[in-house]
Amino acid sequence: MIEPQIQLSAVSKTYGHGERQVAALKNISLTIQRGEFLALIGPSGCGKTTLLKIIADLLPPSAGRVGIGARSPAEARRARETALVFQAPTLMEWRDIAHNITLPLEISGAARAERAERARELLEMIRLNNFANHYPHELSAGMQQQVAIARALSYRPQILLMDEPFGALDELTRERLGDALLEIWARAKVTIVFVTHSIGEAVWLADRVAVFSPRPGRITRIVEIDLPRPRIAAARASTRYAERVNEVRRALKLNGQSEVN
Amino acid sequence: MAINREASPRVGNWTRFRETARPARKNLHLFLIPVAIAGFWALWEGIIALNEFPAFLLPSPRLVALSWVENWNSGILPRHLGISLFEVGVGFSVSLFVAALLGYLLAQSPLLEKIVSPYLIALQAVPLVALGPFIIIWIGAGIWQNALVAALIAFFPMLVNTLVGIRGIRAEYRELMRSYSANRWQVFIHLEIPAALPVFFGGVRVGMTLSVVGVTVVELLWGDRGLGFLLNFARGALNTPLVFATVATLAAMALSLYGLVVLVERFLIHHRRNEQ
Repeated sequence: MIEPQIQLSAVSKTYGHGERQVAALKNISLTIQRGEFLALIGPSGCGKTTLLKIIADLLPPSAGRVGIGARSPAEARRARETALVFQAPTLMEWRDIAHNITLPLEISGAARAERAERARELLEMIRLNNFANHYPHELSAGMQQQVAIARALSYRPQILLMDEPFGALDELTRERLGDALLEIWARAKVTIVFVTHSIGEAVWLADRVAVFSPRPGRITRIVEIDLPRPRIAAARASTRYAERVNEVRRALKLNGQSEVN
Repeated sequence: MAINREASPRVGNWTRFRETARPARKNLHLFLIPVAIAGFWALWEGIIALNEFPAFLLPSPRLVALSWVENWNSGILPRHLGISLFEVGVGFSVSLFVAALLGYLLAQSPLLEKIVSPYLIALQAVPLVALGPFIIIWIGAGIWQNALVAALIAFFPMLVNTLVGIRGIRAEYRELMRSYSANRWQVFIHLEIPAALPVFFGGVRVGMTLSVVGVTVVELLWGDRGLGFLLNFARGALNTPLVFATVATLAAMALSLYGLVVLVERFLIHHRRNEQ
């Protein structure tokens, strides 16, 4: 059943004052459905991250309205409905992997036994069971990012906000983690808003791709990705995949952008 | 990195050589340190034997050792060592507490930093020994005053490192804590303290060393107790072996205190123990 989960109505954001005022987002209206995987794509500085932070209640919008179901972003954050994953894994280097994963639960006051059980579940899900007692510096960049995703899922949020989570990784690791993310998404049944610079990644992962214009960011096009799910590796070679990639590329080019790969 | 080592292919015998050679090289210092000490001792004895320096100019290490044992057993060295240790201990502890507290507050408030910074920098720019006369005029001389100088001299590096440690926490980590709806106390305990500790301890190491320097200098200048005073007293009495014995005690004290700081640091920052 289609049910709107995130509703953005005429959201704008400007930074600074007076002559130094910079418009980051302009008039963004968008509805994201429950359980949807939405990718945001656009050039650097077009406000994708700003939009993510507005949804996560890390920034207030300058104008417009944001609703997470019936709640405001602040209420949704306090109700632990939203979770963030950044481009850098932002793991606490002084905590081992299991304790990194359970940090949000520790903050919410969950019992020790519950935390341990959840860490075990999530480590199993990302297939890093043997690394529970390792420290972040002992893991590869890709593994660290998987831990960051597991940590975000620890308190069972309904919405996962991901800001170029695989942006710093090599192409192969990126593809592998993308597939792992699809698996996690299917199992955890969360809504994902995924910021990326990669057209291929956006098309491969998402149900819809929202194309942003250069600053001030506006959504100029929404491309529906009609590739069947689950997405098997062979689909990357399909004509339909190539068509959708071209469609997104054309939309970006119409915006006068060439820096997206 | 543990897993990378497992995954990395071995190139010829190089990896094996490194694996076997490392522990030997790692323990080399255990052998070299006593050798260096013995060599220095022999060189010292040799210079005296060749030049026949009088003891008041350059005593032999044997004479210094005898003087040390004699003054230790008579209780002179332990008494003065105890006083210097007390002054360093009190001064350093107070300084650590105030520097950490003020550093944290300044890190939280750029406005407060702007107001307070000129005074702090001025305090740092003036040689603290030059403030000695003010201390004597206002509160007189004594062990508490010496401790105060130790506190003042150790203060700045610990304050600056606290400030830098807290300010250096990347915004993303704070955003992450906010996304978990962490309260101020939770941010302090789970993020700020552990993230700032490595930088903070850099300042603590310097602060500890400086507080020993501060106490020694003020004891030399106006003390009537402590190792600095003993140094001055022995020099006046032309008892050069005791001067050397006092310097050795001072060095041992400074090294032990520094070692203590390193031990506490290793205990608190244990995750870095096996980091390359």
